[in-house]
Amino acid sequence: MSKPSDLLQGTLDLLVLRTLAPGPMHGWAVAARIEQVSQEVLQVTQGALYPALHRLEQQGWLRAEWRKTETGRDAKFYALTRAGRAQLDKELAQWERLSHAVGLVIRMAEE
Amino acid sequence: MHPQRWLDILRLRARSLVRRGAVEGELERELELHLELEVEKNVRLGMPPEAARLAARRRLGGVAQIQEECRDVRRTSYLENLIRDFEYAARMLSKAPAFTLAAVATLVLGIGANTAIFQLLDAVRLRSLPAAEPRRLALIQIQGKGGFGISQYSDNLTYPLFEQIREHQWAFSSVFAWNSGYTKARIGRGAQARRATVLGVSGEFFSTLGVAPAAGRLFRPEDDARGCAAPTVVLSYAFWRSEFGGELSAVGRRLTVMDHALEIIGVAPAGFTGPEVGPHFDISLPLCSITVLHHGDTAPFERRDYSWLSVMGRLRPGWTLAQASAHLRAISPGLMQATVISGYSRSSVERYLEFRLEAVQGAMGVSRLRDRYDRSLWLLLGLTGLVLLIGCANLSNLMLARAGVRRREFAVRLALGAGRGRLIRQTLMEGLLLAAAGASLGLILAAALSRGILRFLETGGNRLDLNLALDWRLLAFTAAVAGLTCVLLSLAPAVRAARSQPAAAMKAGARGLTADRTRFGFQRLLVVIQVSVSLVLVAGAFLFVASFRRLVTMDPGFRAQGVMEATFELDRQERDEAVLRQLMAEVRATPQVETAASTTNFLIGSGMWSLVARTDAMVRDARFTWVSPGFFATLRTPMLAGRDFTANDSRTSPKVAIVNEIFAQMFFPGADPIGKAFRTLREPDYPEAQYEVIGLIKNTRYFALQEAEPAMVYVPITQFPLGADGSMMFIRSSAPLATVEAAVRRRIEAWRPETGMQFQAFERRIADSLMRERLLAALSGFFGGLAALLAMIGLYGVLAYNTMRRRNEIGIRMALGATRSQIVGLVLREAATLVLVGLAIGLAGSLALAQTAASLLFGISARDPGQLAAAAAALSAAAALGSLLPARRAARLDPMNALRDE
Repeated sequence: MSKPSDLLQGTLDLLVLRTLAPGPMHGWAVAARIEQVSQEVLQVTQGALYPALHRLEQQGWLRAEWRKTETGRDAKFYALTRAGRAQLDKELAQWERLSHAVGLVIRMAEE
Repeated sequence: MHPQRWLDILRLRARSLVRRGAVEGELERELELHLELEVEKNVRLGMPPEAARLAARRRLGGVAQIQEECRDVRRTSYLENLIRDFEYAARMLSKAPAFTLAAVATLVLGIGANTAIFQLLDAVRLRSLPAAEPRRLALIQIQGKGGFGISQYSDNLTYPLFEQIREHQWAFSSVFAWNSGYTKARIGRGAQARRATVLGVSGEFFSTLGVAPAAGRLFRPEDDARGCAAPTVVLSYAFWRSEFGGELSAVGRRLTVMDHALEIIGVAPAGFTGPEVGPHFDISLPLCSITVLHHGDTAPFERRDYSWLSVMGRLRPGWTLAQASAHLRAISPGLMQATVISGYSRSSVERYLEFRLEAVQGAMGVSRLRDRYDRSLWLLLGLTGLVLLIGCANLSNLMLARAGVRRREFAVRLALGAGRGRLIRQTLMEGLLLAAAGASLGLILAAALSRGILRFLETGGNRLDLNLALDWRLLAFTAAVAGLTCVLLSLAPAVRAARSQPAAAMKAGARGLTADRTRFGFQRLLVVIQVSVSLVLVAGAFLFVASFRRLVTMDPGFRAQGVMEATFELDRQERDEAVLRQLMAEVRATPQVETAASTTNFLIGSGMWSLVARTDAMVRDARFTWVSPGFFATLRTPMLAGRDFTANDSRTSPKVAIVNEIFAQMFFPGADPIGKAFRTLREPDYPEAQYEVIGLIKNTRYFALQEAEPAMVYVPITQFPLGADGSMMFIRSSAPLATVEAAVRRRIEAWRPETGMQFQAFERRIADSLMRERLLAALSGFFGGLAALLAMIGLYGVLAYNTMRRRNEIGIRMALGATRSQIVGLVLREAATLVLVGLAIGLAGSLALAQTAASLLFGISARDPGQLAAAAAALSAAAALGSLLPARRAARLDPMNALRDE
């Protein structure tokens, strides 16, 4: 099982931004969504999730808002800002480049 | 790129700073909701509720840690902590009022004294002339020890030389001159007449300095044409405000100067007090006006031995000071040849021809004040620095003692996970707070103190106007002193706080049997430093006070008490022998006057007058003074042999002289000088003459009490080569001087109403001449006392704290049978060790530093063993006083209580 500390630095930020891209969500839902989509491979330790959310908010990538959930409970919903969307594109591009490069190295090592 | 983003960030930061509680609450609710949802999920997956809750908690981890991490993310924690540290420090300080008071008072005195002295030093030394580009100004002077004729200063030049410089130099775009030290002139008429300080300037003065008028216009070169027929006048800003209420209509009006109505053409700008530091001018006149105001006297412009001008130039673009100096040196031989003095002996002429000019930095203006007080002010700054150092050691010690008391608190907080850095920050914050309070209050004290010292330095007729306005350099200096103090005083306790091992500290706090050596090592060291630095200061105080006492109690050869000096303003034309005889008769006839005598020189501080005396065996300089009969009786100078002058010694009778012992020994060694003859060498206005010695007087001080007696010659004033004189008088009376003055004034006014008069107690002149010594004695005494007091407090603090720490040990000793005196001895022994070590180091320091004070001391060696011993004894007495109290408290300890405690 992969722990967040094993994730590359900054990867958690990318995952959170990408997860929030379709629409606003609260913290627990972000964690659940990441786990579900990654088919439980990526388990976000919640201890790291909230500092990440707050960091992204403080950097202006996310905007937070208190709203009712479907079950009628108060929750803090996070949504991407315009700057956040731009940042997501940048980080995605970077990730593509990085994973491509890593792939090249690994394949070369196999030959 | 995304302005919205920056707005968001700003809003969030501000919110987390200002609404910390709300932000924290939101985080808590967010985490709670997360937990609830997680529990629900676990229950949905089929866990029993209790297990579901536990699993959820486990997954979330430490809530407090998450919160702390989120706080860090907000990036405001640093500021928040700072604010909290500040509040904490303020609270801790207010809980210990005695400590805070002692600390702030020490700092206020230390910083206040430092800033005050610096303020003065800054005003006389560091401040630039209020002119355009002052760095490009250079003062032109004679290299080395110049001076001849009527001036001994190397930066005083003659008018012919100034003209030569102006004509032949290439280094400066323009040169200008003014009358060194300014002069006084009578302004107004009749009863309203009073004296104003006159700055006489050459025509290029204002334009070269780059000074713009506040009203009207300033002098231009054409205003200073030789022999100007209708001179004009420029007012200083202060004079314009006080005399004309700052009215623009003053320009164009007339001001009476020496009975001439001169047109006011303009006003100098505010803040421009002249090119010299210290004295300020009231009115400015073109140099050429002298001839008009003094009845056609052209001597100042023609005489080649009247050095009365200061000369400055503005460097040509591209020229450096060194290049200008080299240029001046190169053209000097030609200039000296063109202005060579005549009527002097060959050796004087040769010396003159060897004079070389140089250019020195003129940005700071010219300052006799600087020459005179520079050394003393630097020395005083050093002294105040030492006082501050002692104060810092004291504070550090106090804070160490406090940190010791709070040791357990620190230990507990360290054990609870407080960062060491945070503890250091907190202690530093206390230091910072104290320093800030000390600096701001010290600044207020400094303003008062520096003004006080300035008033102290002002002599009778000499007002000093120094610009003591607060400026950024002063602020920077105070801030630096305060900052340094803060660091010095917080470092030790802070480091100690961080270094303490929680476990050990808590254990030691629980039961300390004996004092912990390493901890006290530093505190002891501080006390030793305090005592040693204090000794340097106390020794300095003793030396300066002793030196001053010697000066005021010495026998100068005359009795100044009850003597008044009087100056009667008679123009040279009016001074014929009949008028002067009548003047003397009027003064002597005033009932309160016991004796009176006229003189050409008021002695102490009033100029030097030398001629070369010669016999067949000896040629030497001697000081000449021309006096009337009764001079020695008036000053109570003992006549050792021969007779005083009489009315029979007249212009036409053979020339006679009364000499002092030094002169007699120098010229007639081993012989009776009475009846012997000597000649004077020729000088302009002073033809060669032969004198017969008719009297011998005891040696008297001449120009300064601090200087040994020179060879002196007195000649009857009727034989004064420059013609009739007698407008300066010494008057002796047993009545109060104010009464005598009023009586003489009334009598002279009845006889000759238009005569201007000035009176001053002779003692006042002498006191003024000792100003520097008095200043040094007073301030070093004050600082020495302060230092001793601080050292005493420091010693008391350490001993008191140490005794408290050793309560248990002392209790045990007493329980085992130690007597009270043995306990007192225990404490005093500790004190004595510290004091002795401190005294030894201080003694070495005093001897090492002696050289810096030597030139400021009179009649006493800077290494005088008696004074050093007295200083050590005084400091030891203070130390004994400081240690007796804790010793007695230790002796009064109740062993049962002491052992039961803690």
